[in-house]
Amino acid sequence: MTAREADVIVIGGGIMGATTAFFLSRRGRSVLLLERGQTGQQASGVNFGGIRRQGRALSQLAMANRALATWRHAAEWLGEDIEFLPSGHTRVCYHPHDAAYFETYAKEARAFDLELEVLQGEAVFRRFPFLGREVLAASISPLDGHANPRLAAPAFGRAAARMGAQVLENVEIVRVEKEGGGFRVESADGVVYRAAQLVICAGAWADRLSAQFGEPVPLAARGPQMAVTEPVPYVFRSSMGVYTSIKEESVYFRQIPRGNIVLGGGPAGPADADTQRASVLPLNTVRQLAQFRRLVPALAPLHVIRVWSGVESYLPDSEPVIGPSSKQPGLFYAFGFSGSGFQIGPGVGETLAELVDTGSTSIPLEAFSISRFAAQPAVPSECGTS
Amino acid sequence: MAARVIVIGAGPAGVRAAQALAGAGLRPTVIDEGRRDGGQIYRRQPEGFSRTYDALYGTEAARAASVHATFDALRSRIDYLPETLVWNISPGMVHLVSGTRYHALKFDALIVCSGATDRLMPVKGWQHAGTYTLGGAQVALKSQGCAVGARTVMMGTGPLLYLVAAQYVKAGAQVCAVLDTSTALQRLRALPALLSIPASLWKGLALMRVLRRAKVPIHRGVRPVEIKGTPQGGVTGVAVKLQDGAMFERACDAVALGYHLRPETQLADLAGCEFHFDEASQQWLPHTDEDGRSSVKGVYLAGDGARVRGADAAERSGRLAALAAMRDAGMAVEGIDTLRAELQRFTRFAAGLRTAFPWPAGLAASVPDDTLVCRCEAITAGELRRVVREAGAREANRAKAFSRVGMGRCQGRYCGHAGAEIIAAAACVPLSAVGRLRGQAPVKPLPMALVEDTCK
Repeated sequence: MTAREADVIVIGGGIMGATTAFFLSRRGRSVLLLERGQTGQQASGVNFGGIRRQGRALSQLAMANRALATWRHAAEWLGEDIEFLPSGHTRVCYHPHDAAYFETYAKEARAFDLELEVLQGEAVFRRFPFLGREVLAASISPLDGHANPRLAAPAFGRAAARMGAQVLENVEIVRVEKEGGGFRVESADGVVYRAAQLVICAGAWADRLSAQFGEPVPLAARGPQMAVTEPVPYVFRSSMGVYTSIKEESVYFRQIPRGNIVLGGGPAGPADADTQRASVLPLNTVRQLAQFRRLVPALAPLHVIRVWSGVESYLPDSEPVIGPSSKQPGLFYAFGFSGSGFQIGPGVGETLAELVDTGSTSIPLEAFSISRFAAQPAVPSECGTS
Repeated sequence: MAARVIVIGAGPAGVRAAQALAGAGLRPTVIDEGRRDGGQIYRRQPEGFSRTYDALYGTEAARAASVHATFDALRSRIDYLPETLVWNISPGMVHLVSGTRYHALKFDALIVCSGATDRLMPVKGWQHAGTYTLGGAQVALKSQGCAVGARTVMMGTGPLLYLVAAQYVKAGAQVCAVLDTSTALQRLRALPALLSIPASLWKGLALMRVLRRAKVPIHRGVRPVEIKGTPQGGVTGVAVKLQDGAMFERACDAVALGYHLRPETQLADLAGCEFHFDEASQQWLPHTDEDGRSSVKGVYLAGDGARVRGADAAERSGRLAALAAMRDAGMAVEGIDTLRAELQRFTRFAAGLRTAFPWPAGLAASVPDDTLVCRCEAITAGELRRVVREAGAREANRAKAFSRVGMGRCQGRYCGHAGAEIIAAAACVPLSAVGRLRGQAPVKPLPMALVEDTCK
């Protein structure tokens, strides 16, 4: 048995773990990043790639703003292009109560430094002539946009490694426990790693680790239903999504400058944390396409060239767990982002690194405490739109 | 057996599978992408065209006629869905698109006869308009009576290289050169295995006579260098290095490329079939038993879509898979042993063809950095090598995620093999360790105008 040690062990090499390792390394802490497969391979790599602050619970906005600052610096800090494009994000709606909510949300979000422009009626079509005429209102966040999820988490992982972090792939941690003043974690292969502090960012696999510390959570695995079209001339600058309480209507798309349009939304598909498999249900794709024709009728002549999914983790209230353990000092969590983790990831990583390194952070984390699940198993029903 | 049996494909394998099923009193559903039956090899010309079987199929006229006649006679005893693409498979169900109409069909047994397409090797300039596959060049001739160019160069290796060249010559098209990467020595070594089906060997030699009579320059042991051309004007010529090291250039306005065939295995992949790395052909193939049973219960694979052994073998493996499906359903069937024995000869012959016309694996590893590997997404060999060396992608799907190779509309069907060779060479790992691109629906691009069919 080999033993490996560092100041901090981070379990999970998705966008949360990779950015946590990145910011801890910048703070000069030695880090072991342990990933069961390859960095950014699951939820962080297969999601829509939305860099979207608007629509988040107000309690997430401080961290989402912090994340946006990192996205803006990503090319410089990472030394490579992860295709961050702040070309705007627009929410549209079909129902009057949703249109009214856009105004309310815009007012509330302003207090958190998120400036939104709301258009109603004809003004929507003057700005976005391509939208279907059922659209009633649009809420525009000009500083949001999108990035490439396939590239982001691995790039943060490599950047952390360049600063000295040890990034170990194909290391599946099955046992975590307190040992003396620190933590002992053990892989499926029997390799033991030790650190004074431990951060668990293991996505859909996090609950089986948190449970070993007496903090089980009702985590559910689901798969986003993604698709992409053939490349066509670049015309859709703003990433767009439908805000609605009707799941089937909640589709979203973004076009990348090389021309392909990335599509997603609607009901989630099945995912299995054990087999690490998630699939796109054919009927979901078919119904998603009907919603896209409703949203942008001009999309009808295009073709979908590929669909994909991956394992995402959902919590009953669709809010993540972020912050310290309620049971073990030195233990921290970030998981259960319920389909909305990509944009906020670097903000979470920076905040966790600050918390681990200094013991405190100015970002409020009460809403995301794992203690809220201490005695309330529930069945989740909603999912988000990264 | 009131079971619902679906046959995908109406080429030689699919037709013989349907014939065996209908002959036993079942009513299979035959789903085919083509407008008419026959598959690629026995592709029927459009209505209104009047070329004879001899003109269309040459030495294979009698076989083509037999497959077509069989299918014509079956029509009242099967449900036939032409111009219908199976774009996805979920457990026990195929998902179809016909035009813009979507519907799904349940099955108890599924016989996938998905055929093969050309195996391709990137060469500098192969993105220029006027570059076709050998199979594509043949389809143009068989279907529409068209040549792909006024002056065509055929390049690559494999029986199709000589067959298509000879068919073009016979049809009166100008073939400027046949450039083969395999050598005469390799052919000699393959002779014992090729003698397992002497008739096919003689047919091959007859093709050579056609080309010689037409004075078509034939070069063996060549190393492709470049397809010359411009983005605006398309192909203007081909350059190769001859076996003796001299450069050879030929002006032309079209090139047909191909290095033997590769099975179309995406449907088997979507059905969840297990694959294994086949050392002999240096590619991942779906696992089947001798009769065509895949690793998934109720899913059978036949014809060149399972293993490339040619059309005559496809007829037999199609029938064999149907018999296996019926036997698995508890029906009494006859003829399995005979078909198995016959297929062994074709397996030996196919091995001989691989020896005679080997996949030039080394070429991929030495493709220059500025050569496009993935034409759909316009990704160069240099970019693919960069993600291997700098981003640590040593596996096919990881390299795809980082570089986009295999992410375009062909989903790696044309670039996957060569891409894997490039990754293996850059990462210094064996080809089998690179893995294979995971299959994802849709098998071919799916119209966004897709409408759910509500009248079932």
